[in-house]
Amino acid sequence: MASYVFARLLSLCVSLIVASVVIFTAVEVVPGDPASFMLGMNASPDAVAALREELGLTGSLPERYLSWVGGMLTGDFGTSYTYRVPVAELVAARLWVSLPLTFYAMVLSTLIALPVGMLAAARRGRPADLTVMGTTQLGIAVPNFWFAMLLVLIFAINLRWFPAGGFPGWEAGFVPSMTALTLPAIALALPQASILARVMRSSVLETLGQDYIRTARAKGLSQRQTVVRHAFRNALIPVMTILGLQFSFLLAGAIIIENVFFLPGLGRLIFQGITQRDLIVVESVVMLLVFSVILVTFLVDLAYAAVDPRLRRRG
Amino acid sequence: MRWPVSLILGLALSGVFVAAALLSFFWTPHDHETMAIADRMLRPGEGHLLGTDHFGRDILSMIMVGARTSIAVAIVAVGIGIVVGVPLGLLAAANRGGLVDEVVMRGNDLVFAFPSLVIAILITAVFGPSAVNAIIAIGIFNIPVFARVARGAALPLWTLDYVMAARVAGKGKLRISVEHILTNIANILIVQGTIQFSLGILAEAALSYVGLGAQPPTPSWGRMLADSQTMIALAPHMAVFPGLAIVFTVLGLNLVGDGLRDILDPRLRRAR
Amino acid sequence: MSLLSVRDLSLAIHGTPILKDVSFDVAPGEVFGLVGESGSGKSMTALACMGLLPNGSKVGGQAMLGDQNLLALPERRLRDLRGREIGMIFQEPMTALNPMQTIGDQVAETLVIHGVARRTEALKVAREKLDRVGLGAARFPLTRYPHELSGGQRQRVCIAMAVALQPKLLIADEPTTALDVTTQAQILDLLRGLVDEAGMALMLITHDLAVVAGIAQHVAVMQSGEIVEAAETEALFRKRAHPYTRALFAASEHAPERTGHPQIADTVLEVERVVRDYALPRKHLFAAPGHVRAVDGVSLRVGRGESVGLVGESGCGKSTLTRAILGLERLQGGRIALDDIPIEAPHVAPGTRRRMQVVFQDPYGSFNPRHRVARLVAEPFHLMGRVEDADARVEGALEAVGLQASDKERFIHEFSGGQRQRIAIARALITRPDLIVLDEAVSALDVRVRAQILDLLAQLQGEYGLSYLFISHDLGVVRRVTDRVMVMQAGKIVEEGQTERVFSYPEHPYTKALIAATPRIPESWHEEARSNGVG
Repeated sequence: MASYVFARLLSLCVSLIVASVVIFTAVEVVPGDPASFMLGMNASPDAVAALREELGLTGSLPERYLSWVGGMLTGDFGTSYTYRVPVAELVAARLWVSLPLTFYAMVLSTLIALPVGMLAAARRGRPADLTVMGTTQLGIAVPNFWFAMLLVLIFAINLRWFPAGGFPGWEAGFVPSMTALTLPAIALALPQASILARVMRSSVLETLGQDYIRTARAKGLSQRQTVVRHAFRNALIPVMTILGLQFSFLLAGAIIIENVFFLPGLGRLIFQGITQRDLIVVESVVMLLVFSVILVTFLVDLAYAAVDPRLRRRG
Repeated sequence: MRWPVSLILGLALSGVFVAAALLSFFWTPHDHETMAIADRMLRPGEGHLLGTDHFGRDILSMIMVGARTSIAVAIVAVGIGIVVGVPLGLLAAANRGGLVDEVVMRGNDLVFAFPSLVIAILITAVFGPSAVNAIIAIGIFNIPVFARVARGAALPLWTLDYVMAARVAGKGKLRISVEHILTNIANILIVQGTIQFSLGILAEAALSYVGLGAQPPTPSWGRMLADSQTMIALAPHMAVFPGLAIVFTVLGLNLVGDGLRDILDPRLRRAR
Repeated sequence: MSLLSVRDLSLAIHGTPILKDVSFDVAPGEVFGLVGESGSGKSMTALACMGLLPNGSKVGGQAMLGDQNLLALPERRLRDLRGREIGMIFQEPMTALNPMQTIGDQVAETLVIHGVARRTEALKVAREKLDRVGLGAARFPLTRYPHELSGGQRQRVCIAMAVALQPKLLIADEPTTALDVTTQAQILDLLRGLVDEAGMALMLITHDLAVVAGIAQHVAVMQSGEIVEAAETEALFRKRAHPYTRALFAASEHAPERTGHPQIADTVLEVERVVRDYALPRKHLFAAPGHVRAVDGVSLRVGRGESVGLVGESGCGKSTLTRAILGLERLQGGRIALDDIPIEAPHVAPGTRRRMQVVFQDPYGSFNPRHRVARLVAEPFHLMGRVEDADARVEGALEAVGLQASDKERFIHEFSGGQRQRIAIARALITRPDLIVLDEAVSALDVRVRAQILDLLAQLQGEYGLSYLFISHDLGVVRRVTDRVMVMQAGKIVEEGQTERVFSYPEHPYTKALIAATPRIPESWHEEARSNGVG
């Protein structure tokens, strides 16, 4: 087990290093001189030189890369050119909107999808299954941000059950904040839940066709007992893979959907960063996003080992 | 062989939008760029079947022209995924456990850590927004998808005796990959292609919606939705119809994928 | 008074008739053998008694266990009976256990599910049962997972699970078919022991006549969903009243007539002290990768027109050796030569490769399903550049293996397993090789088809002066078709010699063990059949 964790940890580090090099190259090498890029064509050479100094862009590329990475490791993400404040501060405030939203959606999606998928598998070919398959087929086709707009139209504008947008801030209390995140989370979760439910269904069905299910039936287990005692855990493995992938979709989705609800999350920060050519902000936020995806992949790998004994004692 | 219902339904549904896109090159009910402030935000009805937007442009015409963007972006992005990803996957499978396999798979893992939105953000930050960005971003995302599917489908084939027989017949890995492996995983790739096609349409819409995709004046479903957002209380039809266009196209393509899987999947075929 | 009494059992699945008027009795404490070829309906008969038939099944007749008709019981009652009154084990031990649960829990589950014991006591019973089936606590604690066990050990777990509640009847569906011959002998011993001490009846389903000969008191022979002959075992083996039974026996003992005259002095294939190592996955990241020596200093030679057998159990290295001979494996030592031309993977000259072809075991996986037979058979022409009369040679090869020239236009899925093996042989013949490696080439075939293919191979050997390297785990077949035989164990050849000598007077302990473990029909049982002019 220890060596498995260690191997995954090593691969996590390698991925992070390569990803950081890619991002650094894209943002600081490809545009030529970031300082003149950020100031635009008409900037005076003095201003460019001053900004270059300010951003620490004076050293060689390897030096700059190392100082960027070193800074991030110590929590220093550089200073935003437009806001004139440390990027870390900007990001921290917004992270507390985007990440809770992502996890909220992930929990919702899982809570809906797993039972629904199990139900469909257990009732294969019957009305319940057909309903699930039809609904999820539609759910997969719905863009989450459009779904979000419809939710706003119905539940915020017409029924006035939820706020149409905005975020009161966590200091305003847990309940108002979660209420503000509920419509966005639903909009994110339902399309993903459709995919997850279908994966769950086919995974359970596939598991039910295995030899050991027949063995269990020969022992005297009922159909139901075999599903609960044998099929469920085995069926979870492919589901976990999808869950890991879904995190990155949900995170990306959260960034997009923040637009619909005017949520002050990473999405807003990064799109403003793009329009204002604030490369430092873009670079840091992108690195953060990629880091969280890689981290979740790592956690899913650990979860595999926890569920699957075949992985536990291997190197 | 009888065609599955899902295939017929899916072809009909997605076919409508492909036809609309093609038709838009020759004819649309109105010019999609003509603004008429007097006629803005008209409800669906006579003159404008699906109403007009906040500049008085005809929504049906814009949806028809927007279909071109969506379909073109998605097709090219899938093309990139297939052309780059499938050879990589075949190569990895042919050298299972070897250096090539390791590099391809680790590279795949890395690309998976960059959702297409993030790639689009990076590209846009440096080069500015355009439809080409969307194509590149979605295309790059498709590469590991196809590489993984191709590798996964090819690996079990390499253990089959007919591949061994081909090696005994002196054929090299490259030749076997094309002659015996590719031909037998083609159907899996076709099914995956339709799925990625529909995902591409969704992704293009999302990127255009946040301004990272097609730019004005190129019409696009995602941008129509972005435009409609502030008007949603006043003119919900501006949001509803482009959204439905996306839903039906994607639904149609997914149904085609399901139908093709039923026809092409050898496991299902044997059961019949 | 019989324990299980099946009367006029009929079965159709989605309208296709599978079983017809199947009747038999199993007495308490006896071993009842149900024998037949694949598709004869023997497994379906067992599943019908368990109430585990696939969806869309329609059954008729009755199967009385005591005073209950198993075919008419509601699912709830059947569930009570399964595991408690009737236990069952299956063919494929590798997949028959849940990979995510410990063996202790899986055995204990039988007791828990029937409400006989709670988990802690159930685990104690599980411990006893595992001890009984030969998985002692020291090496096999209850916390082991299935993937840590070999096939034979897993089958023991399955048996422990099936007999945990001491059922009156144990149904075993090809329980040893997937196992090596020595493991098979141990499992059969275990089953016999359980029957003897617990008074349990055993219904043993198998395709192997020799297996039932050694263990069953009564035997029934099935053909296409019907029982064609049933009797006390020795009587049935001696009489062989039904033509199908006779055909089955004849085929299983069939020794093809050899027409060729091997010129043993003329060496075709020479293997000298060949070594093949595989790297093992590292134990941990910084450990040096270990090695396993799959082939360890093997030497052998095959003369022109000679048939040489290579026998050994799974994992002994015979597959690796096969691939090395075919020039598909790099060697770590030694030398392989075909007619004195060295074979060095991966770049073997086409002209050399051409002289050596192969026929594989699996008649279904041996052909690309997308190509027509003509293209499949012609594939080895790749080794010969342009072949002028390619078409004619494909047709000739198809006719040589007993097919029609017109078959070349068809796709592979249109052929049966035996026909596919003929096509595989045609493909091997097409380059007019000197040597054909037969890698378990008849192992997947039913006995009657196998006999035909063996005849074909013998006939082709005579016509073309072919040399065969006959690789198999089936000692009986190797004994009947080879001139010399080699016995391989753990990467080494432990014994070799004239086939008859090795089988009659084995010298190495491993060879002796293999031969002793191979089930045989007692010689005396053949006598009556022979004097009746059959067999």
